[in-house]
Amino acid sequence: MDFLIFQIPILMVQASIDGILLGILFALIAYGMALQWGVMNIINIAQGELVILGGYIAYFMYIVGIHPAFGVIVSPVIMYFVGWSLYKLVIYRVVDRDLFISILATFGISILTQQLMNFVFGSDVVVAQSNFGTTMLFNYMVTIPNSKLFAAIVSVIFAVLLVVYMRRSKLGRAIRATAQNPRAAKILGVDTEKVYAATFGINAALCGVAGSLIAITFTLHPYVGLPYTVRSFMIVIIAGLGNLPGVALSGMGLGVFEEFSDYIFGTEFRIAAVFLLLVVILVYRRFKLSRKREYLK
Amino acid sequence: MNSILQVNQVCKYFGGVKANENISMTVDEGSIVGLIGPNGSGKTTLFNSIVGTHPIDQGSIKFQDKEVSALPVPTIAKLGLLRTFQQTRIYGKLNCIDNMRISAKSVQDNFLSVFSKIPTELNEKAEQLLNFVGLYQKRKLRAGDLSFGQQKLLELAMALMNEPKMLLLDEPTAGINPTLINGIIDRLIKVNHEFGITLLVIEHNMRVIMSLAQHIFCLAHGQLIANGKPEEIKNDQRVIDAYLGVQ
Amino acid sequence: MINQKTFIYLAILAFGILAPFIFPAYKLQISIMWILVVLSLTWDVQGGQMGYNTFGNIMFFGLGMYICSSFHIGIFFPLAEWTASGGEKTFVHTPLQFFQGFFIGLFLAGIIPALVAAIIGYGILGLRGHYFAICTLGLGIAAGELAGGIELVGAGQGMTSPPWPKGIGDTELRSEFFYFICFILMSSTFLFLRWAYSTRFGLVLNAIRDNEDKAEAMGINTMQYKIMGWVVSAFFVGIAGGLMGNMIGYIEPVETAFAGRTFGVFMVLMAILGGKGTLWGPVIGAIAFHIFKEGFWTFFLGWQYVALGALIVVVVIFFPEGIMGWLREKYPKRFGELVDEEDRKAQVELK
Repeated sequence: MDFLIFQIPILMVQASIDGILLGILFALIAYGMALQWGVMNIINIAQGELVILGGYIAYFMYIVGIHPAFGVIVSPVIMYFVGWSLYKLVIYRVVDRDLFISILATFGISILTQQLMNFVFGSDVVVAQSNFGTTMLFNYMVTIPNSKLFAAIVSVIFAVLLVVYMRRSKLGRAIRATAQNPRAAKILGVDTEKVYAATFGINAALCGVAGSLIAITFTLHPYVGLPYTVRSFMIVIIAGLGNLPGVALSGMGLGVFEEFSDYIFGTEFRIAAVFLLLVVILVYRRFKLSRKREYLK
Repeated sequence: MNSILQVNQVCKYFGGVKANENISMTVDEGSIVGLIGPNGSGKTTLFNSIVGTHPIDQGSIKFQDKEVSALPVPTIAKLGLLRTFQQTRIYGKLNCIDNMRISAKSVQDNFLSVFSKIPTELNEKAEQLLNFVGLYQKRKLRAGDLSFGQQKLLELAMALMNEPKMLLLDEPTAGINPTLINGIIDRLIKVNHEFGITLLVIEHNMRVIMSLAQHIFCLAHGQLIANGKPEEIKNDQRVIDAYLGVQ
Repeated sequence: MINQKTFIYLAILAFGILAPFIFPAYKLQISIMWILVVLSLTWDVQGGQMGYNTFGNIMFFGLGMYICSSFHIGIFFPLAEWTASGGEKTFVHTPLQFFQGFFIGLFLAGIIPALVAAIIGYGILGLRGHYFAICTLGLGIAAGELAGGIELVGAGQGMTSPPWPKGIGDTELRSEFFYFICFILMSSTFLFLRWAYSTRFGLVLNAIRDNEDKAEAMGINTMQYKIMGWVVSAFFVGIAGGLMGNMIGYIEPVETAFAGRTFGVFMVLMAILGGKGTLWGPVIGAIAFHIFKEGFWTFFLGWQYVALGALIVVVVIFFPEGIMGWLREKYPKRFGELVDEEDRKAQVELK
């Protein structure tokens, strides 16, 4: 363990900025998971895989010569249909059934997608170069790749767009109504099937946006999806469903945690740190709730 | 007569909602007591408080003179205080006999007893109790395949298997075919007289509770509004108003 | 007169003992099949009998693997030097050392994961449903990532397990040795669970699965049973891991030891395929899966693992009760679920 970072303030600034920019991206993915969880009561274990899949779409564009930044437009469109199709093929069978089946079904989709991407794209770690350059702050002591700034800004834009859409549009209101009370919504004429399919599609589209941003700013590999699933799960359980500012803050907090953890424990333990944080949070929650004789539902 | 259950000034709040406010009641050992009140009056919340499903915000609950409000559910159950659920709870994938066998009290409770065999004598007792509630024929079926009414009977049998001292019944006749309700009433009276189990019963069916209970408590809006003998309660204006929705 | 059940047991026993001699080319395959049965049976203790979907039992597998070899080596030689490159060539076990170390290591490979399960069980098993599932998923992955960072056991490169001592037979003998230990492990696991399910343990686990709140409301100390179940699983899975590490010869943290993507996934699929919550279901599922995998894997070329994921989805959605469940639907009589004519007549009316 190396506490050097606490002795050099400028490193803390670097880590915090990196963490916040990263965290905004996490928050976007978490928002999608929360949406699905709140509306359909499904926790999508394949969330991370949808992100990586979205990323590979941007990477593919990069390979064929299109600037991957356009991925943030193309990827969500394609991913919306992927999500919608997944719902129509598999998820609809699982929505009303017991927990065991819905967990395992999304788990199966996660494995399936991982291996599909591995088969199609190979198992090399890849990046879609954006060539956006770097911003230097504080007399060259803090470096921020502009791609990360781009990613944060795009994430915020999409988040805002989505919030507005959910408030103003007919589908958005239908989704919110279904989230609150599916039976009532159905009676009042809302086509819940359509709502569920759209919700799954929107979630996949958000993952697509996030994925393309990750393709530009970090790396892609068929098997790095699960950490993103776990991150969004963590953010949602800390912030709670329906608490968008909380999601943003928790996301940023998690991002900062990860960056600091890199310095303290080393980058090779970053994923381990994330997963162990999850365990710590869940166990802490469990003990806190057991005082009230409740359990996490 | 001893009081087996003493509820003293119990309050339970859910956020801003006062589900139970200053409820006080005593139940004498060996008696049958009714708990009535319109929907939403806090009856099931009170049950939950008594058996430890959630902690209470104020007040005290004593079972056999022992303070139980801070104890967890399994501990209270082991003291002999059981309850049945409004939406019946049974072990759906096990057959009725196994539901019964696992409901019996376990003699020891340490880590080694985890692998103790369930005594075969219990099989006979299980069959007798299933016969008592009229489910002997169905004993080998999966509990989840029974009808709602049959599951209610199974739940009662399971509770009896555990030999409780006191049983809290949450709407025991709801969902039961009206022709079978007399059978339920008879069985509950038998449970009380022959097995000596004190009963506290939530009921909406007035006929049932009037013929069963020796004493009745009435809740409305989270508060205790009346208590007394069935005859008194039947004619109590406050009770009538509560049910008819007069403020 | 041998009844049907005894016949099946004897047949399996005969197969188990004779297989390495009848099918000498498949010794390793059948050994792995027995390992798969153990993984499947132990997953089922949580997943099928208790209704707690665990994705983290692989943690015990990997732990057992590392522990067995670490002690196997560490008792006689400095472990750090062994795991440094080429270290295994410098230190050679004598035959006595090899077998002593192996059995001590294997024993600890069962005990230490069991202790871990007992210690963390109180916290982790207090979670339910999705939270338990994702938490155990996290544990399984974190274990692999952590192991990949520990220099002592070879970090990302992993370590070799001690090679078979020179002078003690040939590779055939080695395969036979490990084969029989695998078979003994599988038999012990099966027989232990068969006994355990006939006690309170079995029924309480089922009660927790069907209605945990009801079980608590009836006075059952559920946490005790949950922990005991995990300890039992951890013990057998740990030993399985120790064996696997020796058979493969090389322990790599994420692909071999904490092999979430292969064995971790297999153990779930096999139990469901065969019929979760039954004693024979996981056994049948493991055997069927193994045969299918060995037979048809090559047909799928690069698509094997894609097909695996698809298979999980299909089985979980369309065939969640598995083979045993399907048999139960077809032959309810054999499972004893009937209302007899005699019982009908025996119903006594209450006056």
